[in-house]
Amino acid sequence: MITVLAVHFAVAAVAPLLFRKFGRNSFFALAAVPAASFIWLLLQHDAVYSSGAITEVVPWIPGLQLDLAFRMDALAWVMSLLVLGVGALVLVYCARYFENKDDYLGGFGAQLLAFAGAMFGLVTADDLLLMFIFWELTTVLSYLLIGYARTRLSARRSALQALVVTTAGGLAMLVGLIILGSTAGTYRIQAIVELAPALIAGPAGGAVSAAVVLILVGAITKSALVPFHFWLPGAMAAPTPVSAYLHAAAMVKAGIYLVARLAPGFAETAPWLPIVLGLGLATMLVGGYRALRQTDIKLILAYGTVSQLGFMTMVVGLGTPEAALAGLAFLLAHGLFKATLFLVVGIIDHQAGTRDIRELSGVYGSARALAIVAAIGAASMAGVPPLAGYVAKESVFEAFIQYSSESGTGPWLLGGVVLGSVLTFAYSARFMWGAFAVKPGVEPTAFKPVKPAFLAAPAILSLLTVLYGLWPAPVDGWIQPYAELFVDGPESSPGHLTLWHGITPALGLTAVTFVLGLAMFYGRNAVARLQALVPGWIDSDRAYQYTIGALDDTAVWITGRTQRGSLFFYLSVILTVAFVLPLTALLLANKPLPEGLYFIDPGAPLQLVAGAGIVIGALAAVRANKRFLAVLMVSVTGYGIALMFALQGAPDLALTQMLVETIILVAFVLAMRSLPPGLRDRTGGKYRVIRVVIGLAFGVTMIFVAIYALGARVAPPVSLQFPQLAYEGGGGLNVVNVTLVDIRAWDTFGEISVLALAATGVASLIFVRGRGDRIRTSATVAEGTVGRRTGARGSTRDDAALAMNRRFAAATRDAWLVAGRTLAPERRSIIFEVVTRLIFHSIIVFSLYLLLAGHNLPGGGFAGGLTAGLALTIRYLAGGRFELREATPVGAGTLLGIGLATAAAAGMTPLLLGGEVFQSAIVELWLPVFGDIKFVTSTIFDIGVYIVVVGLALDVLRSLGAEIDEHFEEPAEPPEDEESGGAPAEAPVEAADAETTSKGRT
Amino acid sequence: MSVNLTLLTVMGALYACGIYLILERSLTRVLLGLMLLANATNLLILATGGYAGLAPIFDKDTPAVDYNDPLPQALILTSIVISFAVTAFMLGIIYRTWVLARQDEIQDDAEDRRVAETPSFDAEDDSVIPVETSEFPLAMVGSDGPVPTGTAAVMSGGRPVRADKAASEEQPGSLNVDPRKEGGGK
Repeated sequence: MITVLAVHFAVAAVAPLLFRKFGRNSFFALAAVPAASFIWLLLQHDAVYSSGAITEVVPWIPGLQLDLAFRMDALAWVMSLLVLGVGALVLVYCARYFENKDDYLGGFGAQLLAFAGAMFGLVTADDLLLMFIFWELTTVLSYLLIGYARTRLSARRSALQALVVTTAGGLAMLVGLIILGSTAGTYRIQAIVELAPALIAGPAGGAVSAAVVLILVGAITKSALVPFHFWLPGAMAAPTPVSAYLHAAAMVKAGIYLVARLAPGFAETAPWLPIVLGLGLATMLVGGYRALRQTDIKLILAYGTVSQLGFMTMVVGLGTPEAALAGLAFLLAHGLFKATLFLVVGIIDHQAGTRDIRELSGVYGSARALAIVAAIGAASMAGVPPLAGYVAKESVFEAFIQYSSESGTGPWLLGGVVLGSVLTFAYSARFMWGAFAVKPGVEPTAFKPVKPAFLAAPAILSLLTVLYGLWPAPVDGWIQPYAELFVDGPESSPGHLTLWHGITPALGLTAVTFVLGLAMFYGRNAVARLQALVPGWIDSDRAYQYTIGALDDTAVWITGRTQRGSLFFYLSVILTVAFVLPLTALLLANKPLPEGLYFIDPGAPLQLVAGAGIVIGALAAVRANKRFLAVLMVSVTGYGIALMFALQGAPDLALTQMLVETIILVAFVLAMRSLPPGLRDRTGGKYRVIRVVIGLAFGVTMIFVAIYALGARVAPPVSLQFPQLAYEGGGGLNVVNVTLVDIRAWDTFGEISVLALAATGVASLIFVRGRGDRIRTSATVAEGTVGRRTGARGSTRDDAALAMNRRFAAATRDAWLVAGRTLAPERRSIIFEVVTRLIFHSIIVFSLYLLLAGHNLPGGGFAGGLTAGLALTIRYLAGGRFELREATPVGAGTLLGIGLATAAAAGMTPLLLGGEVFQSAIVELWLPVFGDIKFVTSTIFDIGVYIVVVGLALDVLRSLGAEIDEHFEEPAEPPEDEESGGAPAEAPVEAADAETTSKGRT
Repeated sequence: MSVNLTLLTVMGALYACGIYLILERSLTRVLLGLMLLANATNLLILATGGYAGLAPIFDKDTPAVDYNDPLPQALILTSIVISFAVTAFMLGIIYRTWVLARQDEIQDDAEDRRVAETPSFDAEDDSVIPVETSEFPLAMVGSDGPVPTGTAAVMSGGRPVRADKAASEEQPGSLNVDPRKEGGGK
């Protein structure tokens, strides 16, 4: 079975290639796959029927109890006959139905073949979830196949409608399947059906009933039962072969199959019979009634299919042995005749260019063979002896007559079934008349001769219909094992399928059906007038449209109310929730304040002063109306917090915070030099009140949340162990640093990854392309060209300074900075260059000291890296971007990569040596000069951190510093070949003019 | 169970100022607000460490409770450096916005506004489809025989189009050609 499936999908995968080479004749090759599988299936007959079933199981996902479990018993075998046999014939038929020049034919053929495979998988799967997978696969393939004519609105809309309806049902079904599977403790269908009586009677009987209802919803949508029947006529927008296969023989039978599969166990549950019989009968009558109103022969068949799907659901779901036998017999008969009739419709459409019964006339005269094939199909549909439909329908009548004697609702059901059969007879006759008869007043339809190859598939199917009718014994033999599953006593038996039962009530009902059906056909004008009187008030299709339309409108309405496009609005809502919820909880709980509150920490009384400074800084930042003033005030709070850290006993934090604050300040100035200095408050008025309220409420809430959270501590802190751990396990005295590089190294590794990402993000925002690692060396740059600016000359004092600078610049001997000469004289500062020259290397050495000493003293990779970054910042500020380039010959991207790689290697190497990830080792060795050295391997990780931080700082300097410099500089000479209309950033903008440009350059 | 109200009060003030700033249209102020929020959060974490203590540099004679709690410190250290990276990234965004749009303001999202104005009528879902009674409209176009004369062409935009091509000219949302008026072998 798995092989059959695999071959289907494999050939489907290469099908488009075949079509490119051989055109539509490739359908023959595709048809060979289900045809060969069909032969294989016939060969399996003895194996299946002698042992009851053959199974194949391959483990797939043990955690979900999901195996590739396949099981072929009588039901699966009969269904497979239909799926593979009709599949092969439909594919053959396609080879003459479509045209060669269609580009999408390859995909279509692949989908159709894959569909056959999926359908085979669906009927043979023995696992609920596996079956569901195939179930949804058929849904998706059906969507693609219906939407084949992608340029037609009707095809697209019908495809989507079918998808939405069947997927909705499928989701309900999935829930039901999972309830059923977890209640039963297994997902194997066979086991569940055997367990069913115990499950229904057991404590979880209610859950089982709910599961059954949900599964039936899936079956009902898939098999197009009322009230979801409308998608099937809509799906007639599909090419007719697809309709013949999916919407008559195979896919819509999936629901029936599921009902048949579960009926042996679950027909006893309370909701089963009302749903199956009620909806089945309603569907049968609605479908038959509507079929009589159609003027498109394909739609007559479509509504006829709806009608008979209801019919089959009733029979199969009834749960008696006779009904089981009759149900499967009718399923096979229906597959044969309905596929025949659809294929005939396809031929008529293909040859005549229309399917409208008001335009077709005299087709019988042009295509006798076709008419005979169609007549056999239609007669079988109407239940005329000696055809398959007659044999099957007789047995159905028998089953319902039997049921009438057992149940009070039986006679009503029997009456309904007879009424439905009368309608079936009437629309069968209407179909034949509409498609082939000569109609007075209608021009004879021009009809091209039908080639034998085109007619072959429907002809074979109708031949089988006749054969089945004349000799039903083999079919009877195929179905008996399934029907016997329902036998529950010595006197109950499914009976047998035969052509002649003798004079029985069923025969009488058949006669009644024929008489009434003929009467309806001959009185068709009267029937049509009667139908015209009934307004179309109940139209599920329109209800669907309204539902979807209402859903769309609601979605738009809600989106419009909530997604207002205003960040202020979103944040206000989020933040309001963020303080209202905790505040309400606090007020409702009404807990007393915890103990241990204090304002003045005995160890750090200065905190009050630092705190006051921070608050003043924050308030000033809020009120500042100059950009740099605001930035400066925020920095004040930052430095204040560094002080707070120091007072609290956290020298590492204080050090790092100081360094970060400083670099951020520089970065701010670099990035914002082009922006206007003013900082207007643009969200004023009533919004300001809202902001003040939200801000204050949030702050107060946070204070109280923190008080209660801190007061809730009952256990001693876990970190009491840390100092000992750090010293003994991590080999370091600085507990914080050991925590970062050893105890919680994973955190830090995640963090430096974020740093690398953010650095890359900054670079890409500024450079847009690349990250500017290819900046030229200073040797190639002409003297005094960088940062040159003209325009407003300063006062005489400035002129004097400039002259001084020029003289200094001319002294090329013993330059203080390598690239200092590249700067324009007016940008240079002698003192700054000299100081930079004096302190740069010292700072770098200090940073290395911080890095290496950090394991035992305040410092570490972060502090060290930031210090080095600060050194680079000074170098850049003093000597310009080429100086930065000289200072760091390695690109920022390279640094980030090396840093991450070093850290990762530090984590992975212990693994290779048989340890744990990020395990550290302590190496004690003796070196000359240094003496005894205790080296901890986690230092290597810290070195990685150091390099990443340097890379980040470098990226910030190169992007926000050097690259923005270039945006602002005047080109060295007037650009001649520069296209106008480039990015505005490329144009020189004087920093002095920034204020005027802010008013809106275009 | 020690709650340092000084730290928490300063934290509350920073939160309030930060929230006030991020509810602002100016991108620069939003960034400053975020920095204040980060500082406030660092203080919150610091407060979980309890009383001020010795710097957590191990000394085997000092009992563990005498140190300031090292775990919040490690967390804050991570937080500080991440905040630096985020700030740098935001600065990049601010600069980019300035270069592209010459403004430092958060604009309302026009796309979001447009969604709210989506009309209820959608051509794909709601337009009326004329009845189609054939996959091979207007003419017999199967390759099994010659195309009968007189029905093979339709006028489309003033020029004759082969009937089998006419169907494919239909665009999404446009009305289909009505097959019954033009041909169909009458």
